[in-house]
Amino acid sequence: MANKLITCTVNGKRREYFIDVRSSLSDMLRGNEGLTSIKHGCDVGECGACTVLIDGLPFNSCIYLAIWAEGKDILTLEGLSDVKGAVSDIQQAFIDEGAVQCGFCTPGFIMSSIPIITQEKPSSREEIRKLVAGNLCRCTGYEKIIDAIQKTQAKRIRERKTSNGE
Amino acid sequence: MYDFNTLYEPTTVEEALKLKKQHPEALILAGGSDILIKLREGKLAGSDLISIYRLDDLRGVSLEKDGTIVIRPLTSFSGITIHPVVKQYIPVLGEAVDQIGGPQIRNIGTIGGNICNGVTSADSATTLKAYDAILELSSEDGVRLLPYNDFNLGPGRVDMGPEEILTAIRIPKESYERTYGHYIKYAKRKAMDIATLGCSVNVRLSEDKKRIERLRIAFGVAAPTPIRAVSAEQEANGQPIGEDLLERIAEKTLADVMPRSSWRASKEFRLHLVKELARRAATAAIEKAGGKIHG
Repeated sequence: MANKLITCTVNGKRREYFIDVRSSLSDMLRGNEGLTSIKHGCDVGECGACTVLIDGLPFNSCIYLAIWAEGKDILTLEGLSDVKGAVSDIQQAFIDEGAVQCGFCTPGFIMSSIPIITQEKPSSREEIRKLVAGNLCRCTGYEKIIDAIQKTQAKRIRERKTSNGE
Repeated sequence: MYDFNTLYEPTTVEEALKLKKQHPEALILAGGSDILIKLREGKLAGSDLISIYRLDDLRGVSLEKDGTIVIRPLTSFSGITIHPVVKQYIPVLGEAVDQIGGPQIRNIGTIGGNICNGVTSADSATTLKAYDAILELSSEDGVRLLPYNDFNLGPGRVDMGPEEILTAIRIPKESYERTYGHYIKYAKRKAMDIATLGCSVNVRLSEDKKRIERLRIAFGVAAPTPIRAVSAEQEANGQPIGEDLLERIAEKTLADVMPRSSWRASKEFRLHLVKELARRAATAAIEKAGGKIHG
């Protein structure tokens, strides 16, 4: 089978992987980089547990060919914490709101929530539901997850206003 | 690991056409949200693939000088929805593809893949049919322009030669100018679901907004392929707007469709949906165009 050298940016670091061309992006990032926040849930793009951001947009890494990652900027859950390993605000909000039960879906949900919490205007619960509709959770019933996302979004909007001196 | 045989990775459209001629049996891989899943299920084991996903020349939407909207086939569903040309001239297409899957699927799935699959439930298909889209099919031997309404031959079968690749979807100005459209997807869930029935209508009204100058209506999952409801359109064209006209349009759609029973819905329920969605989508399109149904 053919192998190929792939160069991309993962969590801010430039990386090279020598991979089998039949690999998915989730295979490459778990297998070559040990990024186990990426879950192999359904492996067919239904559950969202393998969600990563590619150039800022959420993708299911289980149905994305690893070779397509050439030159891309990839962010996984591991890239959210700071150098000391302290969790980010959205991760803390998931903990505080009780949005985590078994935890299997959590990394995928948090990655899907990144484009939401960075929006300039507040989202309604209905808008948030639409933007996390590609992620399944079998434990929480979703309400706590939406609470965590909405509160983090509101907090970030407040912080931006304060830093702009408004 | 996906279970495929050889993967070809052309870096230009020309190279892709050359590879397709050399390997006519190889499957074209666009976003992969159908093919990679079928590979996981072992259905396409041993296939050869030509990945065109990284060919940026086949991505994006543009407006030509004569007003033709050109949609490149690798444009993602989310890329269609946010594109200013789509928003300004054919917003119904952006609204239709925004109802596909979830955010992750809309970021990877492509409009070209959606129609080349040839499935009747494709959410982009009805609106493109209702707008008389023209497909640009390219091969090493040249370019063939084919009306999209002649493209579907049967479930999963389309009029595309083994050496051909879809390189553009074109919507002529005459088709979309002064039109207002509405799409309704009936499904069991709000997301991550396939349409039980889909209906796309677009309408152009007379200047006084009292008559229908031209109405177009297309259905998904109402027949083995996405279809236009020609009898219903003829019933509407030139007619004064009113509740009884909407009833006649809805009634006429039944002559154009042939739904079947599946685990999602019975034939009888689909026939009910055909009439009801036609009425609702036509009403919404007329109202968007500034027409009044009552008085």
